[in-house]
Amino acid sequence: MAVETTTRAKLRWGLLDVLVVVFALVPVLWIASLSFKTPATLTDGNFIPREWTLDNYRTIFDTDQFVRALVNSIGIALIATLIAVVLGAMAAYAISRLDFPGKKLLVGVSLLIAMFPQVSLVSPLFEIERQLKIFDTWLGLILPYITFALPLAIYTLSAFFKQIPWDLEKAAKMDGATQGQAFRRVIAPLAAPGLFTTAILVFIFCWNDFLFAISLTSTERSRTVPAALSFFTGASQFEDPTGAICAAAVVITVPIILFVLFFQRRIVSGLTSGAVKG
Amino acid sequence: MADIVLDKVSKSFPDGTVAVQDVDLEIADGEFVILVGPSGCGKSTTLNMIAGLEDISSGELRIAGQRVNDKAPRDRDIAMVFQSYALYPNMTVRENMAFPLRLAKLDKETIDRKVDEAAKVLELTSLLDRKPANLSGGQRQRVAMGRAIVRQPKAFLMDEPLSNLDAKLRVQMRTVVSRLQKQLGTTTVYVTHDQTEAMTLGDRVVIMRGGAVQQVGPPQELYDHPKNLFVAGFIGSPSMNFLHAAVQDGELHTALGKVPIGDRVRRELEAADAPRELILGIRPEHFEDAELVDDDTRRRGMEFEAPVDIVESMGSDKYVYFTVEGEKASAAELEELAADAGAADFAGAGGNLVTRLSAESPVAEGQTRRVWFNLEKIHLFDPANGRNLTLHEGRAAGALAD
Ligand SMILES: Nc1ncnc2c1ncn2[C@@H]1O[C@H](COP(=O)(O)OP(=O)(O)OP(=O)(O)O)[C@@H](O)[C@H]1O
Ligand SMILES: [Mg+2]
Repeated sequence: MAVETTTRAKLRWGLLDVLVVVFALVPVLWIASLSFKTPATLTDGNFIPREWTLDNYRTIFDTDQFVRALVNSIGIALIATLIAVVLGAMAAYAISRLDFPGKKLLVGVSLLIAMFPQVSLVSPLFEIERQLKIFDTWLGLILPYITFALPLAIYTLSAFFKQIPWDLEKAAKMDGATQGQAFRRVIAPLAAPGLFTTAILVFIFCWNDFLFAISLTSTERSRTVPAALSFFTGASQFEDPTGAICAAAVVITVPIILFVLFFQRRIVSGLTSGAVKG
Repeated sequence: MADIVLDKVSKSFPDGTVAVQDVDLEIADGEFVILVGPSGCGKSTTLNMIAGLEDISSGELRIAGQRVNDKAPRDRDIAMVFQSYALYPNMTVRENMAFPLRLAKLDKETIDRKVDEAAKVLELTSLLDRKPANLSGGQRQRVAMGRAIVRQPKAFLMDEPLSNLDAKLRVQMRTVVSRLQKQLGTTTVYVTHDQTEAMTLGDRVVIMRGGAVQQVGPPQELYDHPKNLFVAGFIGSPSMNFLHAAVQDGELHTALGKVPIGDRVRRELEAADAPRELILGIRPEHFEDAELVDDDTRRRGMEFEAPVDIVESMGSDKYVYFTVEGEKASAAELEELAADAGAADFAGAGGNLVTRLSAESPVAEGQTRRVWFNLEKIHLFDPANGRNLTLHEGRAAGALAD
């Protein structure tokens, strides 16, 4: 059945779309609105601020606390994403292409890790990291992020690799490519959408994590934004930090939006069409 | 340019499947060899072993006199055309064809010149900047060929390269392949399912069954002098007719009457372990309307009468289907052939007789017609092992030979 395209149908769909978008965006917009309010009007219940102010933003960027946390967040998430995607790509490639002993076990174990309740690992990790002297360091967060992001990366990527016709790789080998060249010049470009999708998912996972961030850090040295937010006090001890927290919340969604927008353009489907008679 | 030698090459997969068994094959420099056989007989596996995409379990593979068993595909200098074309979808036609040359680290000018040359030969010049997704099936096929010929490899391997094309394009591309191979003179191994491709393209045809080579030879030789039941039934379209024949009192009792046998076959049948039942094979074109046969020819054959089932007039001649009574020929080979061709195509062993008569024959459906057939063209097979008993020193001599 074809989708109706009459004006009435369009109107109906349009309304429905608006409804869904509004429903999803109200909390976000509410926070954005709070971030522009002065402390006096903060609780007046108006959706649109009556007195606009940028003070909250000024406050958070004035304190070293937030800027430092932002740097930590960006650094840790990017490094963890990069490593997880590279390792995940190699593992996924092996899983989708080779029949090696212990393949089922590998897949099973990575699935197990994904299902493991992270909360139960917090205290052991805390102890281990203190022993290893990586507690409250970037490495201390990057390592667990990679561990928990890898199963996700492996799963998404092997699904993408499986879609790429095997014949392409054989053809590349016949054309004189080494295994590495075949992967880099033929398979990887075709798996690019998968690599970007995975990168986005892993980045969001690292960026949003609160549990590890709060329990494996103790100072500004490596505290990421989600954790730092909970320590927010505002400009002075006695100010209500709500406005500042909201401003910070708005600020930390910006990198994610940029990240997604940047990579989304590369997630075009149908890259492999024309490769084989289908 | 190089010769390819397979010396007792076998392949068994980790799950125990023996896909190829002791294949001996010598492919001369510049020769065009066709591998045919039913589905699953190990054609692709053999080709992949020559290519280096599959390991060889045992035996030796030599290209240009050099053992290459352990060499990676890229060190064998062989090009392959895949059934699926396997074009790189992220590259343009030009980039696809240039890919092997770029890997070989040729300089840009040489690459451009070679690609342009190959594109010209295959009439791809105007398509060089397109992506494979925007090409038709035939064009993709040509790009795949182009990618194989640009770097002038020692040999071409092709795995059913035309089977994804429609019938008309396939005929067209067949001549392209044939012309290209003659022009370049490059050793070629070509896998196909198609009778016509097998008969028309190659210098020699290799028939495989269950991983083993059945017979190797020029197409006409396989057609005229099949070594066994399988080859006889596989080559030819429509296929050879097979009838049950009981040996009795120095004669063969068949559905077409009592067929006399000559001394040579009689001697074969006198051995203690000789079969008491045979399978008689005869090709459709060795029948003729009895009215149209002159006396001289008549003496070389015999006649029978049977009801006409269907007449298909082809203009140049008529395919006439007769119903014959009697026991059906049965052998493992025949069942396999029927399964591969689909029961409809392989009428060979049923109660049906396919004949090709002259166009002048006034034969009509429903009537009973008198038909002559050539005894010199008859083949007799041992149902137990499929051996052709009428074959003597590689020549088939019919049932009457002394
Ligand atoms: N990786 C594998 N593992 C186990 N058995 C295999 C494998 N690849 C192929 N085989 C088996 O080996 C036999 C030969 O396969 P092959 O692909 O060479 O057949 P083919 O002659 O090319 O058939 P087709 O005409 O259908 O392409 C088949 O029985 C097949 O099931
Ligand atoms: Mg095959």
